[in-house]
This record gives sequence, structure tokens and C-alpha cells, in this order.
Amino acid sequence: MEKELVKEIAELRKLLHEKENKLAALRREKEILQSYGLSNNEVCKYSRQILIPEINIKGQVKIKNSSVLIVGAGGLGCPSALYLAGAGVGCIGIVDYDDVEVNNLHRQLLFTEDNIGTPKVDAAAEFITRLNRNVKIIPYKLQLSSSNALQVIENYDIVLDCTDNVATRYLLNDACVLSGKPLVSGSALKFEGQLTVYNYKGPCYRCIFPTPPAPYTVTNCGDGGVVGAAVGTIGLLQALEALKIILEMPGVLTRRLLLFDGTETTFRNIKLRPKNLNCAICGNNRTIHKLIDYEQFCGAKANDKNPDLKILRDDERVTVEDYHKMYNSQLTPHILIDVRSPEEFEICQIKNSINVPFTEIEKDGCLALIEAEVNKRQQEDDIVEVFVLCRRGNDSQNAVKRLQKYFDNPNVKIRDIEGGIHAWSRKFDPLFPIY
Amino acid sequence: MSSGDDGLHVIIEFGGGAELLFDKQKRHVVNLPADREWTLKLLLFWIRDNLLKERPELFLQGDTVRPGILVLVNDADWELLGQGEYRLQKGDTILFISTLHGG
Repeated sequence: MEKELVKEIAELRKLLHEKENKLAALRREKEILQSYGLSNNEVCKYSRQILIPEINIKGQVKIKNSSVLIVGAGGLGCPSALYLAGAGVGCIGIVDYDDVEVNNLHRQLLFTEDNIGTPKVDAAAEFITRLNRNVKIIPYKLQLSSSNALQVIENYDIVLDCTDNVATRYLLNDACVLSGKPLVSGSALKFEGQLTVYNYKGPCYRCIFPTPPAPYTVTNCGDGGVVGAAVGTIGLLQALEALKIILEMPGVLTRRLLLFDGTETTFRNIKLRPKNLNCAICGNNRTIHKLIDYEQFCGAKANDKNPDLKILRDDERVTVEDYHKMYNSQLTPHILIDVRSPEEFEICQIKNSINVPFTEIEKDGCLALIEAEVNKRQQEDDIVEVFVLCRRGNDSQNAVKRLQKYFDNPNVKIRDIEGGIHAWSRKFDPLFPIY
Repeated sequence: MSSGDDGLHVIIEFGGGAELLFDKQKRHVVNLPADREWTLKLLLFWIRDNLLKERPELFLQGDTVRPGILVLVNDADWELLGQGEYRLQKGDTILFISTLHGG
């Protein structure tokens, strides 16, 4: 029943789409074009911004003739695309390799529940076309890489960095320097956001950050969390900076970095260093002449997905199946330590587990808590079994390493549960939410 | 930490997640001992020894901040001021901002 309805709705939507296109084509034929290149319909549509002296008819024509490439259709890319389309940018390219997931919907407001599982770029193109048929949308369902970036970028005037990872940020920077395009760069996490414009009468990303951060210092939205309205604020400002560049206005955010703190609602504008004459890509004696391998350069993948780590030996790990057996039989008394954040622990938890967040695990109070549990068990059993659980089975391995160092005792056996609580939910507790 | 009036009063701020290493406290008003000329470089070590609560490798690398942290004095990039050699002035606000990469 559900499947049939989904299919039927998709067919109806397709039919509706065809009819809408037909109607739009009919209306287009009747449009009256002014000598300066805008139709009466466009003049009316954009009149509220044409009235501004900085824009006027000339500016609106510039906007119409401009093209902007948005890389990343996420929490930044969605609002920027929306507002650039609203303003009448003639051509907007959108790059993203991903499909819409349910955990995108709270902040990526170009997508609806019906879009789950479909390519983000197609869903975005459909939404924007409906919003403004004067805008040409070019979807690129691909992972931007050293082999395709220059080719895609060369067709656009301005590039928006709306990506979610360090490797792609360096790739975009270098590609924009090599092809001479301004790069409007936004980023966000939790309640905070940062915004600047690179390679536009000022420094590039490498001038400011010649060395990439170590991967373990980088937090992604999937782990740290992000507020839709905070990342959206930065996305909107990216659209604004792009429009100012199109209009050749002064006051573009170059050589400055805007720091937005949504918890205190503060915007702080900081003054950055000028272009670095020794910059590897935009300096006088450049050492980079073509795009390089950015995943190698950054030591991290060009996405924000978490890789599966393998730190522990096989005998230091237990599968969810084996743990489930132990859990059910109650024949193996043990301590279960859940190292997820308190926020995650609140979402779902295994009965009798103790929550010791990974970031706190080496703090005295937490170690004392675990030690007390171990001592309690030791009075009843010769060997104390400790299991460590996290979300996917990565942090739990690191936690085991740290605890092994602390409990240097052959009678305390510390292991982690492979695949974490996600694996547990999938296999044994379908009532647990997967987040 | 010296609490006398003869010390050097400065404000130290953290943002972009760097505050997580400092008990989640974004703003610290401190009084540095008056026994030496304070440079930014000396301040880095002082922060490590007096304010930092955990994982020093997420703040310092060698004798400077780790890649990915910007240092700003009164809202200006420390590169404009001579980096670690800059001599702190009374009332300076020194901001350490961890750059964000999410989107």
C-alpha cells in the first residue's frame, strides 16, 4: 500500500511538472522585453531591489547575466541558492554527490520529506525552478575532485564554498585561484558560523591557513551538531556577498572574517592578514601549479562521513551478536560503559549502562567512577569484564585504549562493542532511533 | 595567578569550539604577573599552564598554536602584529578562534 502510494504520487508529480512547464512556456511567449534586457515581468518581480540605487536596472541586468556555482547543497548551500535565485541570478550551478537524508531536513530547507533518497541537486533544482523560472539551474551530481573541479568552475563568475570538509575547501580554494574566481566561503557548527571572501582583492584560503588542521581536531555536523538558523544565517550572507561582487560594490568581506555567535547573537568582524607573497598557490613563487591530491594533503577524506576505525585487536572487541548473547543470558556479569555524549545517551540507552562521555573519560572524577564499579565487581568475580559502547564503534576503541592504560591489570578485561549502538539498534532493538 | 594591581590585565577569549578546552568558558579576564615583559608567545605557555583544562595537543603544537586556530589581538590577525613577538598591552583582548569546517 505504502509503496503503491509513493509510486502514484511520483507519477502525479511528474505530470504536474510537465503541465507547469507547458504553462510557463506559454506565458514566456507573451512577455514584453525592454531594450535594456529585462522583461516587464522581471522588472515587476525585482522592482523592490531595482529601486535601490546600488542596484537599479543596470545592476539587475548584471545579476541576470551572472552565474554562481554553489558547492555543497547542505545547510549553507540551500539558503544561498534560495536567495540567489530570488534575486534573479541568471545561472546557478549546484554541486553535491549526496542524496537527501531525513537528518538533513531541519536545516536544508530546499528539501521536503518526499525528497528523501533522491539526489540533493535534483530536489534543489526542482524547488528553485518553482520559485523562479527565470533562473537556469544546472545540477551536478558529483563529488568535486582534482580531475573535474576546473572544468566545472570555469563556467561560473563566482564560487560559493558551502562544503562540509577540509579537503574540499583546499581543493576549491586552489581551483578558484588557478581559474581566477572569487570564493565566498562559509562554515558553521552548533550555534556558530564563519564567513569570508577569498581570492578577491585579498588573500586566499592558503594565505591564512597554509597547513591543514590535523583530522582529529576537526568536528563535523554529524558529531558536533548544528542549528539550522545559525548555519542558515551564514548561507544567506554568502548569497549577499556574491551579489555585492556581481554588482561590483565596495565593502565585500575580503581580508576580513566574520564570526557569528548565535548563543550571544554577536557578529564580530576581524581583520585578516593580506595576501601572503610566499603563498604556495597565489604567491609570487608558487609551488603548486595544478590541483593536487587533497585527501592526501589533509590526511582526511573529502566528505564529512565518519570512517570505520580499526585500532583494537580482534580479541579486544566483541560483536553486537556476542554481546547480545551475554546480555540476555545474564551469565557474564560485566560493566557496560557508554561513552557517547549525555545528549546522545538521552536519545536511547542500553539498560544498566553507565554514561561516561568520551571527552571526559580521562578526567579524575570519571576514572574514579569507573574504578569504583570495577572494585565492586572485583569483590564477586576474579576477572572483571568491562565493555565500552559508543555510537558507531570508533570512540569506543579509543576509550578502551585509554582505560587499558589506566587499569593496567590482567584481571580487568576491557573490550569494545563493534558497530556501537547503531549496530545494536539495527540488529536487536528496532525500537531504538538511529540518529 | 597573581591578583595584585601591578599585573597586566588582559582579556582572553575562545571561540569556534576552542572554548571546549577551557571548561566551555569563552571569556577569561586575567591579571598576568608583573615580573616580565609579556609577549604573545609567553602568553600561549601561560594559557597552557593556567587556563587549559584538557588535551593540550588541541591547542598548541610545538611553541605555537596548532593549525586551524587563528590568534587575534583586538580583532586583528596576529600576523599583522609580529605573531608571538607581539608585546601585550594593558587591556588587550586576545581571541583564539578555532576555524569551522561544517556546512
